[in-house]
Amino acid sequence: MNTAVQSGDAQQSWYQRNRFAITPWLFLAPAIFFFTLYVIAPIFQSIWISFFEWDGLGEKKWVGMGNYVELMDDDRFYTSLKNNIWWLVLYMLAVPVGLAIALFLNQTVTGIRIYKSLFFFPFVISQVVVGLIFTWFYNPDFGIVGIVWEFFGAKPPAILADENLVTFGIIFAGLWPQIAYCMILYLTGLNNVSPDQIEAARLDNAKGFGMLWHVILPQLRPATFIAVVVTVIGALRSFDMIAIMTGGGPYGSSNVLAYFMFETSLSEYGFRMGYGSAIATVLFLIMLVYISYFLWRMYQDEKGA
Amino acid sequence: MFKPFVRTAAAVLAAAVLSAPASARDLVINYDDLNAAPKEAFETAVEAFKAANPDINVIVNNTDREAHKTAIRNFLSADAPDVTSWYPGNRMAPFVDAGQFEDISDLWESEGWADAMASTMPSMTRDGKQWGVPYTYYQWGIYYRSDIFAENNITPPTTWDELLAASAALKEAGVTPFTIGTKFLWTAAGVFDYLNLRTNGFDVHNDLTAGKIKYTDPRIVQVFENWKQLVEPGYFIENHATMSWQDALAPFINGEAAMYVMGNFAVAPMRDGGLTDDQIDYIPFPTINPDVARAEEAPTDAFFIPANAKNKEDAREFLKFVVQPDVQTEWNKTLGQLPINKNATPGDDKFIQKGFETVSTASALAQFYDRDAPAEMAKAGMEGFQEFMIKPERMMSILERLDKIQERVYK
Repeated sequence: MNTAVQSGDAQQSWYQRNRFAITPWLFLAPAIFFFTLYVIAPIFQSIWISFFEWDGLGEKKWVGMGNYVELMDDDRFYTSLKNNIWWLVLYMLAVPVGLAIALFLNQTVTGIRIYKSLFFFPFVISQVVVGLIFTWFYNPDFGIVGIVWEFFGAKPPAILADENLVTFGIIFAGLWPQIAYCMILYLTGLNNVSPDQIEAARLDNAKGFGMLWHVILPQLRPATFIAVVVTVIGALRSFDMIAIMTGGGPYGSSNVLAYFMFETSLSEYGFRMGYGSAIATVLFLIMLVYISYFLWRMYQDEKGA
Repeated sequence: MFKPFVRTAAAVLAAAVLSAPASARDLVINYDDLNAAPKEAFETAVEAFKAANPDINVIVNNTDREAHKTAIRNFLSADAPDVTSWYPGNRMAPFVDAGQFEDISDLWESEGWADAMASTMPSMTRDGKQWGVPYTYYQWGIYYRSDIFAENNITPPTTWDELLAASAALKEAGVTPFTIGTKFLWTAAGVFDYLNLRTNGFDVHNDLTAGKIKYTDPRIVQVFENWKQLVEPGYFIENHATMSWQDALAPFINGEAAMYVMGNFAVAPMRDGGLTDDQIDYIPFPTINPDVARAEEAPTDAFFIPANAKNKEDAREFLKFVVQPDVQTEWNKTLGQLPINKNATPGDDKFIQKGFETVSTASALAQFYDRDAPAEMAKAGMEGFQEFMIKPERMMSILERLDKIQERVYK
């Protein structure tokens, strides 16, 4: 053993020669293994199932692109897609509103920590609870919305029973915790804004909106980036709120792809695994567009830096 | 209240301690009703079973009904209990076809159940074999506030015209004729089924749910035309799409609505809500077409033995126990429903008496739209019913959509 070490590189074992290349992979191995097993493999499995007609119990029957052809001719699919777009667009409001609240809270007043926690509170409580609370708010008979409407002498709308209002009602409920999430992202971002630059900007007579737009926001870019990413993903997988508040109803008009998928494959009247997987695949492709765009941008930024 | 709790706690503890080396005579039962009356009825029966079979260690898992509907697909293959509750008809079909339920035709044969439970036997049969035992069924019909009817001098309707007249009179008096909560859809199917059974009869109901009749068939269109006569004048409460059937009890209990097309299980919460038997009453759904033989809805609940059960022998004992006339009498008295064994005595409650009368004189018994039709069709159909109740002017486009789905589902 001793002589081997002394005799130099030629005598080192294969591992010792390659350890700089191998060690990172050894550390990564458990994560890669489980990520492949529980995330990557199911993606392909799900795509594979989408070519079958299957009730989850009996024999699988190969139908090729049949499920996708059916999907293209399914009104429920287009309703869900349309609602998904509404979710994406309106959920983005969480980013500027979150920023506004963060700027408002970014000051040193007595008890500011309490206010911050209170604003952050909706993100901490479960989405299911948020959904339930808003369901009660919206109830035209005993909810706060009904009371306010009646105060002005108007007849309260049944938000969750109206096919034109229901999606917006749910998005509004979903925005409440999402705004809190964006706010906390910006609050941490604001902690890292360099005081020197603000000082310098002040000397150059920058203030108000100009200061925010040209000095603060560029420094908050990482926070904005994350806020947009989590909001996009949050909008696309909006599921719990819909399950709790309407179950996709009335008659499917508040469905989104994620809930439509669940309903088709796993709910009481569903168990069409193939069709559900086809929806999942479409949803995956839509997400992939966003995710690859953001990954590409992140890569560009890293390269530039 | 305290004692049973201690006993359950002790049983749970004992189960936890003993479960490591599972003894040969563990009997695991999965049940699916946490509502007060059904839970009590079930637990009482289990206690009686334990007393009769002291060497069997009964372990009960009672879950919420909706959760059970999803969970059953997992536990049947992954961790099968020895007995599980489920529904007959089309609802048991996927499990029977996949070989997940045990064939118990021999029990039906040897115990003479074909005679004692003749009324429910057809729904428990698939491929000429019996797959489970029923333990209860119940009537549907119109539950109404007899005090409100009396106040406004309305007599309980027996024909369609009388029903429309009664509704108009109630509306006039500021009371919404019907309460309903369609958030979970199936309540609307109850109304549809009755309109269909009364307009066209049992055969059309069966042919429709079997996919042999189109939804745009003139006979089905006629059902919707009749339904329109209730929807368009606003005879159903508003905002029903936001309410569950329990939510919809509130307007009934506080007198804002006077009728409810429901199953007999609604009586218990009505009484809990403070209504006395002098205030509520039951009538079978009124006649629409006098030439149609009267058929009724009587959904049946049943017990099954999973094919993967470990202790099938004791499971069979339990099934035998469940359908015994004395157990049936006791169980359904607590439950407030009808016993399935003809040798059992129905309770002396007036709703049970009237229900027994209604069901036993019916020409045929339907399960329910969502139990007779395949799941996918049922879902789409019930969404259509809900949409119709909100937007009756879309009738034809809804029916055409249902035709399209029907074509695919039954291919």
